[in-house]
Amino acid sequence: MSRPGQGGGAHAAPPAPAAARRSRWRGPRARARLVELGFLVPAVVYMLLFFGYPVVQNLLMGFQEYTTRTFITGEAPWVGLDNYRAVVSSAVFPQAVLNTVLFTVGSIAGQFVLGLAIAVFLRRRFPLNGVLRSLLLLPWLIPLIAASAVWRWILDQDNGVLNQVLGALGVPGSPGWLTSTSLALLAVIAVNVWIGIPFNTTILYGGLQSIPEELYEAGALDGATRWRAFRHITWPLLRPVVTVVLVLGVVYTLKVLDVILGLTQGGPANSTQTLATQSYNLSFQQFDFGQGAAVGNLLIVVSLVFAVVYLRANRRAVDE
Amino acid sequence: MSLSATVPVPDATPVPPRGAEGRQARRRPRRGWGSTVAGVVVLGVLLFPLYWMVNVSLQSAGSAVGTAWFPLEPSLEGYATAFAQQRDNLVTSLVVSLGSVVVSLAIAAPAAYALAQFRIRGAGVVLFGILISQMVPGIIVANALYSAYNDLGLLNSVVGLVVANASAGIPFAILVMRAFMQGLEPSLVEAAKVDGAGPVRAFVSVVLPVSRNALITAGLFTFLFAWGDFLFALTLTTTPEVRPVTLGLYQYIGTYVSDWSTVMATAVMASLPAVVLLLVAQRYVAAGVTGGAVK
Repeated sequence: MSRPGQGGGAHAAPPAPAAARRSRWRGPRARARLVELGFLVPAVVYMLLFFGYPVVQNLLMGFQEYTTRTFITGEAPWVGLDNYRAVVSSAVFPQAVLNTVLFTVGSIAGQFVLGLAIAVFLRRRFPLNGVLRSLLLLPWLIPLIAASAVWRWILDQDNGVLNQVLGALGVPGSPGWLTSTSLALLAVIAVNVWIGIPFNTTILYGGLQSIPEELYEAGALDGATRWRAFRHITWPLLRPVVTVVLVLGVVYTLKVLDVILGLTQGGPANSTQTLATQSYNLSFQQFDFGQGAAVGNLLIVVSLVFAVVYLRANRRAVDE
Repeated sequence: MSLSATVPVPDATPVPPRGAEGRQARRRPRRGWGSTVAGVVVLGVLLFPLYWMVNVSLQSAGSAVGTAWFPLEPSLEGYATAFAQQRDNLVTSLVVSLGSVVVSLAIAAPAAYALAQFRIRGAGVVLFGILISQMVPGIIVANALYSAYNDLGLLNSVVGLVVANASAGIPFAILVMRAFMQGLEPSLVEAAKVDGAGPVRAFVSVVLPVSRNALITAGLFTFLFAWGDFLFALTLTTTPEVRPVTLGLYQYIGTYVSDWSTVMATAVMASLPAVVLLLVAQRYVAAGVTGGAVK
């Protein structure tokens, strides 16, 4: 990426005397450097405003009593850890944490396994392969709320097509997929898996395609075919891509809001409430922005842990 | 697949972006139509909900009982009602989405070029920031934007939604375009500079035309992100005046639904841009999914 003869070297600049340092911002080369920076500045400012500021603002709000009154009086008194105490000791919190874990783990496991299976299948060369691969993207490209809407009707207890089919197959009773506390989380996970399959398949397919065919031919000579070839050739070489897909998947799944709100709004009886939906509820339903921010901050911490894992994995992926 | 787009290591030598196909010295053996049939079955199962959406939307309205398997007597009632109720929202969605594309590309294209071709101190930090931004939950952004917008008078405004949605598009657009622009020959720009063009003119008249495909890919996804946005629509609007169609749809299903055909007709209309773009611009979609590896 770095090419000689462009701009100043970014490394090993000897400590410049004051005069030289001043002259860095004069003359044609300096002006060129400023113009180059100008290309980058708008994006940096935008990112700081829309990602940096919200994170800082939420950190602060987490320690403030920030409610509807704040919008009228303009006062947000500091309350120390009160918001965190209130949130953590609330009855919903332990359930929201558990649901977040179950939702994330369940979604990722389902998306990944099914996505990988379909990606492996798509490596076969057959007619219309390309058409199928692009149509597969549809569930991922349509608005999540549209997907949630159709699933609402498919999973409807009395008139949904799923229960019609199950009834025809002789399954007794009509399960309330979205209305019973024991099934709702499962249903929401299933829908989220359906939404996530295209992403997993596409990225994993790209990773599979970059494994040289010769390896399989060599492996076949040694008797490694089908499952053994997958275990000893495909899987080890796919590992970097797998890590990326999994960690990105986790980060995106932790944030999920549309799907849950569209299907169950966190109900019934909080059985599908996650940290993300709880943060939304506290801020925008109960207008307690301080507590909403506190929950959101906990969510950020979890995401950051994964971010670190992701970046380290990514670095390794490049080194290989 | 290019992982380089998502690599924040400042000094890493990037892996050159490579297509999924054509890297193998030998192709896999060609299989017959049997695999095609299996593939169609798998796809049929996966796309069933989309069929159902269309099917229900074409049945006569007002029935909350079970739906027939095929719209044997298709009726456009649902669409008529949906269009009457959602027309303004569809226009709002379209305006917001197009606005987001313009803002995102205007800000992301120069930045992508700078990150790809200039030696700028801190470029690694910027890339790192872009990646970290993907980890920030949307609800955090909405939390902070709500109070800020309240002070600035940007709640319930198209402008407010445009800039909020552009924030989702910009990081992605930068990654996609940077991956492409890294492959540009520096001599292209050098030639323009010899002709006396400054960096800005060289960028506008040489780099942008050459990067047309990357721009289209980035623009296409930025459009889809903004069109499908639900979180900002939900949190940054409170009145019916400015209401994207995603929120219109949510308000249907937030209550007891008695008329599913209207709801599904709205869902079909909301899904239409994705379907059309996939059919018309399949090449660009495929490039975006693997090029960015970020959504």
